[in-house]
Amino acid sequence: MSALGSSRSGYDAIKDLYEEKRTFTSRVVFAAILCLVMIGLLAARLVELQLVQHDYYTTRADDNRMRLTAIAPVRGLIYDRNGALLAQNVPSFVLDITPERVKNLNDTLARLKAYVNISDQDIARFRERMRKGPRYRSVTLRSNLTPEEVARYQLNRYEFDGVEVNAGLVRNYPLGESAAHVIGYVGGISEADYARLDEASYQGLSQIGKSGVERSHEDQLRGMPGAKIVEANASGRPLRELDSQPGSSGQNLFLSLDAKLQLVAEKALGDLEGAVVAIDPRNGEVLALVSKPGYDPKLFVEGIDAKSYRALLEDKTRPLYNRALLGTYPPGSTIKPFMATAALNFRTVTPDTAVYCGGSMTLPGSSRKYRCHKRQGHGTVNLDGAIAKSCDIYFYQAAQNLGIDRIDEILGQFGFGSQTGIDIPNEKGGLLPSKEWKRRVYKQAWFPGETLSIGIGQGYLTTTPLQLAQATARVAMRGQGFKPHVVHAISDPSTGAITGVAPEPLPPLTGQNADLLERVIHSMEQVNMFPGGTAYRAFKDAPYSSAGKTGTAQVAALKQDEKIAPTLEGTPKHLRDHALFIAFAPVDEPRIAVAVIAEHAGHGGSVAAPVARQVMDQYLLGEVRYGVDASTAAAAESAAAAAAAAAGETLDPEQDEDGPSTHDHGDEPPAASPVTR
Amino acid sequence: MNTHVLSRAPQQSVGLADQLAKLHIDLWLGLLLLALGVVGLLVQYSASGHSMAVVINQAERLGLGFGVMIIAAQAPPEFYRSAAPWLYGFGVLMLLAVLVLGDHAKGAQRWLDLGVLRFQPSEILKLAMPMAVAAYLHTRPLPPKPMTILVTLAIIGVPTVLIAMQPDLGTAMLVLAAGVLALYFGGLGVRWILLVLAAAAAAAPLLWYKLHDYQRNRVLTFLDPERDPLGTGYHITQSKIAIGSGGLFGKGWLAGTQAKLDFLPESHTDFIFAVFSEELGLLGVAVLMALYAAIVGRGLYIALRGQDSFQRLLAGSLAMTFFVYVFINMGMVIGLLPVVGVPLPLVSFGGTSAVTLLAGFGMLMSVYTHRKLLAN
Repeated sequence: MSALGSSRSGYDAIKDLYEEKRTFTSRVVFAAILCLVMIGLLAARLVELQLVQHDYYTTRADDNRMRLTAIAPVRGLIYDRNGALLAQNVPSFVLDITPERVKNLNDTLARLKAYVNISDQDIARFRERMRKGPRYRSVTLRSNLTPEEVARYQLNRYEFDGVEVNAGLVRNYPLGESAAHVIGYVGGISEADYARLDEASYQGLSQIGKSGVERSHEDQLRGMPGAKIVEANASGRPLRELDSQPGSSGQNLFLSLDAKLQLVAEKALGDLEGAVVAIDPRNGEVLALVSKPGYDPKLFVEGIDAKSYRALLEDKTRPLYNRALLGTYPPGSTIKPFMATAALNFRTVTPDTAVYCGGSMTLPGSSRKYRCHKRQGHGTVNLDGAIAKSCDIYFYQAAQNLGIDRIDEILGQFGFGSQTGIDIPNEKGGLLPSKEWKRRVYKQAWFPGETLSIGIGQGYLTTTPLQLAQATARVAMRGQGFKPHVVHAISDPSTGAITGVAPEPLPPLTGQNADLLERVIHSMEQVNMFPGGTAYRAFKDAPYSSAGKTGTAQVAALKQDEKIAPTLEGTPKHLRDHALFIAFAPVDEPRIAVAVIAEHAGHGGSVAAPVARQVMDQYLLGEVRYGVDASTAAAAESAAAAAAAAAGETLDPEQDEDGPSTHDHGDEPPAASPVTR
Repeated sequence: MNTHVLSRAPQQSVGLADQLAKLHIDLWLGLLLLALGVVGLLVQYSASGHSMAVVINQAERLGLGFGVMIIAAQAPPEFYRSAAPWLYGFGVLMLLAVLVLGDHAKGAQRWLDLGVLRFQPSEILKLAMPMAVAAYLHTRPLPPKPMTILVTLAIIGVPTVLIAMQPDLGTAMLVLAAGVLALYFGGLGVRWILLVLAAAAAAAPLLWYKLHDYQRNRVLTFLDPERDPLGTGYHITQSKIAIGSGGLFGKGWLAGTQAKLDFLPESHTDFIFAVFSEELGLLGVAVLMALYAAIVGRGLYIALRGQDSFQRLLAGSLAMTFFVYVFINMGMVIGLLPVVGVPLPLVSFGGTSAVTLLAGFGMLMSVYTHRKLLAN
């Protein structure tokens, strides 16, 4: 070894080159050992990751890339009894936003406006629905995009993370407002909905049946979602399908509703607020169910914003409210056939019992006058006359003789006071008052005078239009009853199999004599088919037999000292009487039973009966022979009434007010106003 | 004729290494680096989503790097020794310049824009540091005396601090490692090593307050990757998923889902090891590690054959710094170390570091091939 690597410095002399080399060699050896140790460290960690935890990380990697995407099932269609479409699905491009994946929502919305027409209302609606759902769920901003809008958006889609245009199906109701209360509508699934539903059944779905048949038959209509596994990249874009499992479409419903009849009934009611229910008495199928005014279900399908919704809710005419099922009205004189049935069965009257009507009566020990709608009285009336002319005194006495307990027993059998159990949600049962009920609610004893009010369908007694139609159908069938229903048949689109919904018979009437019911029906025929009957004018030229009963339910009580009934036009609208009518036809082989209520429209015979006539014409004859529509009839009627009032005489054969209590048609329980003041 | 051929054959194979050595190229090192480069290009192709543009770009950079390596190998070690102070001085000046004039990229001042050329002066120090320390210690008796050690520490400290101030913690660590490793090979006493380690431990809390927020986040995230799974922790979580899901055999070349579907960020730069592990599995990783170990081993072997202190310290430092590179990158990708911006040498996409590294290997080759024939 010699000194090499020559250096200019003088340190060479004292450098121990051999020692230096030896130190260096040991350092290299140590460094190599250190390298191996560190490699061992890396290797240990890699073994841990790649062997020990391999399964865990494989799962995580698959979770990363695989997206389970639900395939939304196609919602079942809804048809009427003749196969006319009531609810369908139409293709539509929708713009969906997944809130979780949008960094700056305001900015995104502002930029989207450059390509897609977005109104403030759309945004308000979107924000509301976004608030209600979880953030990872996509929310529709706009539906029914035009092809131009779709194209414009697609060209610029890279600018918008979390925004997607999807081709989807949108629920559509071809009849619009018509039958909206029966069909109902679908709407966005709310937080509250999520709380009770089975999430697995709603994968990929954003809407749920909110009302009507859409809600009651949600499970059949919905179908089962399928699923596909797609591989997606980090920004969530699906790249290829790995696996897919088809779901099943929802089942199609055939309603018992007759769309044509429904339209006729709606048209017949015109601009009046009220309800029409038509039932096939032979099986309980609902043929028409009208509640006016209506609403456009489209608003809810597209997602209604708070302001419009509030406007609908606060609308005084309550368009969302299904009057046919929820409206509880005093039945007025339409209760009389049922009251007569009770009186006949308990023999408090016979068909030929004569009662003298002098225009008013009093109860013993009271100065309170119970008046007939006919000031000067009907004279002597028997059952036929009392029903045909709607004499109040006859039924005051009948009710008085019966007593409230026996009235309850018979009326209860006809379904008053309890829900019918129809297959659409939200139904009220009306109120059939009893002694027990009054003690419970008012902590008071039952007064005999109250029984009298019940006798003419006033007082605490309230019914829904559906209940009235149902009770009428039962009378028509001479006591045999079926539960009313609107779903007629269900068809499975995959097999084509159609399953009919069997009529559900109700328990038979007990302790009632069928012959006596026949007597009542006979008197109801008088109403429609004989001159002097309160609905004769509406039915005189009908080519079929029919039986009915008019009613005029009092909204505001007449003051005791008031001699002359106020005219229709002299009364504020919300205090005017409700016009009611129940009927069925043909009398011997009934095929249709109808109940009509027109709120604040005046008299049953002149306003409500023509509506029923038109419905029956349409159903039995296939066309409307009755030419006058209800609202013009009402106008003519009120004009005539005004003239009559001015002349100081009662012209109309039917004006059965003078019920002593005050009622509104709204929710139960009725305003507390004891009969005897 | 027959015997002639038979006797020629082994001579020829020896002859190739000899012939290359005449061109100052070390056959083994060259082959290993070339193999690594090819592996790198293959992984690049997969990680970049089958982009030939990326592969060609990287191949050009590697080509340039190998060119620089061959050129660097031509100069004798003495040249590097005498150039060391100049290069070191130039590098420190540039670092100062960068702090004053530098370009901002990703919130750190690292680049110097010379109009035609943009470069990172810290790259110079990766070479200048081991050269300078080796050259200085070459003039001192070894093992170094305390005074020598203090001067060396100053030589190491100045550029390290300047780079850390940019801030570029990853490069600062590599430059620091290069200097310290040279000092270690110079025979730094064990007590001193312990002292330095203790000082480092003591300085750590102080350093903590000097760190930028993103650097602190990286450290915090390293300690608990799930603490911010969508922010800083996302990298490391996705990287571990990629590696772990690779398993023993891997998902196959071009079949890794984590990188291909963009779940793994920086997949063709700092986190390329995750792509490699995902696609080629633990077996592939073993091969890659063996390749790196062989390169480091060859470097240490060359260091042992160094003919003076400068050559030995320079070669030892370059070889071990290369290992530190690999260790830091792999350690960070598999979640053993915090995330610092250190690429996987010669495999990650990125030209500057590849060229610098290959220049370093050129110096190693120079040390090996310029040996003067001695008595042995």
